[in-house]
Amino acid sequence: MAEAHPVGFRWVMEAKNRGATIIHVDPRFSRTSSVADLYVRIRPGSDIAFLGGLVRYVIENERYFKEYVLHYTNAATLIDERFRDTEDLGGLFSGWDPKEAYDPETWQYEGVGGVVPATGHKEVFAEKGAGRVDLRGVKVLRRKQDPTLQHPRSVFQILRRHFSRYTPEMVEDTCGVPQALFLRVAETLCQNSGRDRTSAFCYAVGWTQHTVGVQYIRTASILQLLLGNMGRTGGGILALRGHTTIQGSTDCATLYDLLPGYLPMPHAVQDAKLENYVRNNQPATHWWSEMPKYIVSLLKAWYGEAATRENDFGFGWLPQLTGNHSHMTTVADMADGKLKGYFVMGENPAAGSMNGALHRKGLRKLDWLVVRDFPLNETAEFWRTAPEIARGEVRTEDIQTEVFFFPAATHTEKDGSFTNTQRMLQWHHKAIEAPGDCRSDLWFAYHLGKRLKAMYAGSSLERDRGIQALTLDYPVLGPHDEPDVQAVVKEISGFTVADGKPVPGFTKLADDGSTACGCWIYSGVYADGVNQAARRKPRSQQSWVAPEWGWAWPANRRLMYNRASADPEGKPWSERKRYVWWDEAQKRWSGYDVPDFVADRPPSYRPPPDARGLAAISGIDPFIMQADGKGWLFAPSGLLDGPLPTHYEPLESVIPNPIYPEQQCNPARDEYPRRENPYHLPYDDPRFPYVITTYRLTEHHTAGGMSRWLSWLCELQPEMFCEISRELAREKGVENAGWVTITTARAEIECRVLVTDRFKPLRAGGRVIHTIGLPYHWSYVGRITGDPANELIPFVADPNVSIQESKAFTGNLRPGRLSFGRRAATDGVELRQPEPPFSPPRDKPGVRDPKYLPAQEPPK
Amino acid sequence: MTTGQMGFFTDTTLCIGCKACEVACKQWNQLPDDGFRLTGMSFDNTGQLGASTWRHVAFVERPEALPGQGSPLDGAKLADGAFSWLMMSDVCKHCERAGCLEACPTGAILRTEFGSVYVQPDVCNGCGYCVSACPFGVVDRREDDGRAWKCTLCYDRLKEDLVPACAKACPTASIQFGEIGELKERARQRVEQLHERGVGEAYLYGADAVNQPGTEGLHAFFLLCDVPEKYNLPPDPVVPTKKLGESWRAMAWGIAGLAALAVGSVLSARSGP
Repeated sequence: MAEAHPVGFRWVMEAKNRGATIIHVDPRFSRTSSVADLYVRIRPGSDIAFLGGLVRYVIENERYFKEYVLHYTNAATLIDERFRDTEDLGGLFSGWDPKEAYDPETWQYEGVGGVVPATGHKEVFAEKGAGRVDLRGVKVLRRKQDPTLQHPRSVFQILRRHFSRYTPEMVEDTCGVPQALFLRVAETLCQNSGRDRTSAFCYAVGWTQHTVGVQYIRTASILQLLLGNMGRTGGGILALRGHTTIQGSTDCATLYDLLPGYLPMPHAVQDAKLENYVRNNQPATHWWSEMPKYIVSLLKAWYGEAATRENDFGFGWLPQLTGNHSHMTTVADMADGKLKGYFVMGENPAAGSMNGALHRKGLRKLDWLVVRDFPLNETAEFWRTAPEIARGEVRTEDIQTEVFFFPAATHTEKDGSFTNTQRMLQWHHKAIEAPGDCRSDLWFAYHLGKRLKAMYAGSSLERDRGIQALTLDYPVLGPHDEPDVQAVVKEISGFTVADGKPVPGFTKLADDGSTACGCWIYSGVYADGVNQAARRKPRSQQSWVAPEWGWAWPANRRLMYNRASADPEGKPWSERKRYVWWDEAQKRWSGYDVPDFVADRPPSYRPPPDARGLAAISGIDPFIMQADGKGWLFAPSGLLDGPLPTHYEPLESVIPNPIYPEQQCNPARDEYPRRENPYHLPYDDPRFPYVITTYRLTEHHTAGGMSRWLSWLCELQPEMFCEISRELAREKGVENAGWVTITTARAEIECRVLVTDRFKPLRAGGRVIHTIGLPYHWSYVGRITGDPANELIPFVADPNVSIQESKAFTGNLRPGRLSFGRRAATDGVELRQPEPPFSPPRDKPGVRDPKYLPAQEPPK
Repeated sequence: MTTGQMGFFTDTTLCIGCKACEVACKQWNQLPDDGFRLTGMSFDNTGQLGASTWRHVAFVERPEALPGQGSPLDGAKLADGAFSWLMMSDVCKHCERAGCLEACPTGAILRTEFGSVYVQPDVCNGCGYCVSACPFGVVDRREDDGRAWKCTLCYDRLKEDLVPACAKACPTASIQFGEIGELKERARQRVEQLHERGVGEAYLYGADAVNQPGTEGLHAFFLLCDVPEKYNLPPDPVVPTKKLGESWRAMAWGIAGLAALAVGSVLSARSGP
């Protein structure tokens, strides 16, 4: 965190000064470790084992927060008797289908049939029968519960059995963490959780970029729920986002499977009509049952008067998903010639994404490419400066892609907001005019939309109605016709259609077309016609929660699910942790923050079993977005790779799975078996004996597009390097500051080397494991250049969110520089060696049937 | 309006080595880069203070534990290998008795109303006497114009009631700017606090004349956790002119001795038989 988020880390240092204990778990001893009270060196890719060990410690030593767990989680709920755990099936859950997918039917609450996860089914294709009335959770209030938590099919007992293998010995053998250190972490965490104290987890992409990335976060969620650290001050799980306002970009839907406000993107076929879409994604109970209001208001914001009840508010004009359109799939399709054009805005996939050679192959197959960025980055220059061009393997004159480069305005050259990790929007004002042809993204999208509308104005085709109906009527300002960003904020925040007055918040949105709102969770950011995100009242003039600094979604709540900060009776768990409580005199929830609950619902309220919608929220249901109002220790729905986290090894590892020897990898992972994307053996690959992990340095930003052009930053970290231990350096005959070559089956790169005590070999799976650390900031254009680490990384993805596995894979290291120029994909020294005669399996027999592999260019 | 004797207290136990101070300094003062070279010395590619580098973050990797800085406060050995990574943002010390100032023959170096030591670029003739007179190796001449340059304690910012750029940019309050008396008090409390928490190694470097007689105390002093040499600081810096009186006295005694000898030899010759 100190390394990649130094400004946010100031609060960690502040907490440390006030007596907080800082624990840092990381494969490398980083700047964060240097000021931590406890540093835990962990084998890359083994965090579920570590966190699972903590879960087991908390349960077995009865250190969980009993009242919290009983009332605020689904611990007491009974699960379908057909459910089988990884304990029973050797590393798999019940419901596995060799078409690489789980059917979650057996994971459901007993007698409930099915339940819609918070924010709907993002992967409707995967969930058999989604949308059936009996699977919408209509019976969720009749679910069976055992308040003693002793029933063998209660979530609590299933959880206990599931994590029973994750003993301190197993943690040591899997993660390489000495037991004494692990136990110190466990004890520290338990001592700092409970009524009087809370602990927080911070994570960044070190947790997410794995084939089991989502389950990493799930394990932390389970732990925090058991310890009672959710919805309370000083608790929670904080996702440190990798770029400025990447939180905002996710909220307002840059992901392919989301509409603004985490509404699921409609799927073709299932969601042809609004009615079907709502039926597929609306639970019977709790807050998400309000989602029809949000989708209809979104359609009214986008299509204005053209959106009427008769035409489904223009729902049919929305683009619809026909399958997986995630980044890697799109690029693979591009390389197969299935895509004509590509917009790249503020991103640099040719250097910043995995397997750069495959990305560039995709770019070469396009008809046109649009890049919007500050410098001419590697993606804009792929046709001129890429390694394969330098080597003469590809000739520029053979590339037919037409490349358009649009210079972008920086944040100081435009008005707008940043949404940070805490979901708080802070406004920034334009300080100077953008130079030359540089324009804001808003300007680009708006004027592109205007031109498209002009182009399609005369069309009578039904498929062009969407573009014709799109409202693009923001007032424009200045010499370049910059759209008025305040008007955009007003639309995002929502207004009543009849008089155009801003709504105060999402509780005033309707599903009858009378309101419009561009992003329901942001509703209220323009309440009273005031840009609430621009508020800057100093902390000295308001309470410590500072509700008048900027604006936080939802409803300016600074802490989500804060009903959990009070006990079931609505009283604070302790004076020290007082935050939100039930005010009996006023008959309302009150507190330092905006209560995250139905404002006047008393803690004693219990819904009748046939209650629907908001009426179903019991007085002790803090997690109002879930269909049962409880924190999910066990997730009956919403995940594609199991209801509970399970330790699987990375796709490429150096040891067999110590916890589930029968099942090496996540069975539900998304593989991309292509000639340009070869994989190493699952473990014991003699060609690639070391673990590689990638990361950032404070001095640079991502692939360097914003930092390798600035001399003051270039001089601080001027050259690409890797970091290795003294032990590995001795073994390989490498000297500090010398040159090494690092190889995978995807690519070879050369770089300098730092031999350091910050890296140490560790023991796991009964052997000594060396880790090579690689910053990924360099590439082949810029003021300083170097080989890109991302070239080494394979295309393979977590099934839930399609993220790559760049934090744990294997490779080799040789002393010295490349003798023959850089190589990308498939022709290194290691690959010229014969294939190892025997490959251990990644999966149990029959788990992944090759005939269901995706149709792509086959391996050679 | 900023008034009084101002300075820096750099608490190295709070430094996370982000180098924001280096960048903020270069940006505010519009200093050129020093070239793009990987040194191989941990994360320190700056190397040293110089004519165009007025803040320098040192990175010290050492095979010893430091409680609360990467190892448990109670000193327990829970994993293999003791290790800590010390970081320190170095800067001109603005010595109470400044060698550079005393060595400057043109009067280009003066002490400002804020107590800082300031090189006036329009007066400096590039003689370089200040360079050898600094016991810390801070002042340096720029290759292109030959003049001496160093940290100005952001004199221009202080005149506008702004905090120096480095202290403003420091995210963790490792660099604290303020009135020196107040800073010293804060620093002493911090040392006590660290001692109570088990970091017995913490001490102040250059906080006053008793602590560092050779400079009579620093206006930019440090909280360190190892011997000064580890941070590339001299253990006992002495401003050359500090010994000036002593050398003159020694010389006077020498001359007196020689004179006495000469007179004595003449007298003894005269009184001979």
